[in-house]
Amino acid sequence: MTTESVPRPLQVSTDLSRPYWEAAREGRLLLQQCSICQALRHYPRLLCSHCHSEDVTWREASMRGQVHSWTVAHHPFHPSFSAEVPYTLVTVDLEEGPRALGRWIGDTPVLGQRVVGRFERRDAGVDLVFKKA
Amino acid sequence: MRLYNRSCVTGIGETAYTRKSTRSAFQLQIEASLKAIADAGLKPADIDGVIPIGVISGTADDFIENFGIPDLRFSALIPHGGASPVMALQAAAAAIAGGVCQHVLITFGRNISAMAGNNRAGSRIHTMPQFHYVTEFEHPMGASAPAQLYAPMARRHMELYGTTVEHFGEVAVACREHAILNGNALMTRPITLDDHRASRMIADPFRLLDCSLESDGGAAIIVSDADRARDARHRRIFIAGVAAGHPDSPGSITQRADITSLGIAKAAPRAFAMAGVTHGDIQVAEIYDCFTYAVIRQIEDMGFCARGEGGPFVSGGRLKLDGALPTNTHGGLLSQAHVWGLNHVVELTRQLRGDGGAAQVPNAKVGLVTGYGDLGDGALAILTRE
Repeated sequence: MTTESVPRPLQVSTDLSRPYWEAAREGRLLLQQCSICQALRHYPRLLCSHCHSEDVTWREASMRGQVHSWTVAHHPFHPSFSAEVPYTLVTVDLEEGPRALGRWIGDTPVLGQRVVGRFERRDAGVDLVFKKA
Repeated sequence: MRLYNRSCVTGIGETAYTRKSTRSAFQLQIEASLKAIADAGLKPADIDGVIPIGVISGTADDFIENFGIPDLRFSALIPHGGASPVMALQAAAAAIAGGVCQHVLITFGRNISAMAGNNRAGSRIHTMPQFHYVTEFEHPMGASAPAQLYAPMARRHMELYGTTVEHFGEVAVACREHAILNGNALMTRPITLDDHRASRMIADPFRLLDCSLESDGGAAIIVSDADRARDARHRRIFIAGVAAGHPDSPGSITQRADITSLGIAKAAPRAFAMAGVTHGDIQVAEIYDCFTYAVIRQIEDMGFCARGEGGPFVSGGRLKLDGALPTNTHGGLLSQAHVWGLNHVVELTRQLRGDGGAAQVPNAKVGLVTGYGDLGDGALAILTRE
């Protein structure tokens, strides 16, 4: 298939997200934490919506959580995924509060199921991957 | 309420809905716009407000130049995807009630066939600016299309409330039945619940027949000051209530406290209160149907039934013409065409005029239209006939 040569969409980081991706390549999941009120937020954004501070620190998350929902992608909407379908995407309630979207490895997920995640390297990036804890 | 009955939908226009159109998006938009202007009994130069839907074809300046509009007094861009047409009704009603302008053209055109294959609507949502925070995290992992982003909402609804594939199928079958009656619909072959279940899986639980169409075409409406609307060609169709609402975390479903919640939940009480009607008064509904599930969920969030009861609500053909809530009497985005839901506003106007043809809901006087876009932004309008 010619589609094998189509690269996946790039993980282009921004000034806001650069620390996230640097840590992800080292296998760690970082969440933004407001330096003023300590509220956690994800995905990275400019302001804390509680106290409107721009000041953030980055907190390492456990990568543990529970299945919130999931889907199995059968149709490749981008040609780079043609050889991968079907694949399962899982939405996870992280122990720290925010959610993460990741690829799923294993049998059909069950809502509320306890999971653990890790970053997996691939050609031009890393995937957050969850499996049963 | 200050917007109640201050403006009317006076003109409607649509092109033929097709695939592989040879006309540009702007040509389609112009064609629909001229039809709507003529339908209102106006001339192009009478338009003094323009709201182009999306930023994919003509701009307000394009309309000034092509129509020779001498004094455009109002324009707006509303960046909320499929919620934009009904939000545009709100913007037009507000501008008119404030005395800013008198005749607002709300207009859409798209030639999706002419866009690169990888750039189809179903694939490119993550390239839209309002999703910039999400794109780098979700798109490279293969969560890139609306079907893939909405599927987890639907799955959770199924798991929490027992919503079934058959419930989704009810929406698809009702829309298809109505499309067949329309005369300007892409899908004209009857389908059954079994056909729906047998259609290929796109993003579990969404099958092909749960997903809206990709199509080429244009649609337009004119919203006029209610007093000026007395001079229009058709009976007055009032904007009795209109409201918009946004979910928390609007740009990211993943981060939404309740991924099944929608902006329309906040908007619906405002629109019903403004219009002074109750759910039982709604005789016909045109509900934004990007996916079958979205119809079920909006019915719940608007208060037609309790959360979790949307599946049973639509069962047994209750969305069909002879059902409890005739819905998407034109076939909707699922079976007529996808013009971001402006066709829903056109169809509701047609129904309230009594021009619904074979799909006419008898003596329809009060109807509702919704918009839903950008992962959960919502709007609804309640229109009434004079």
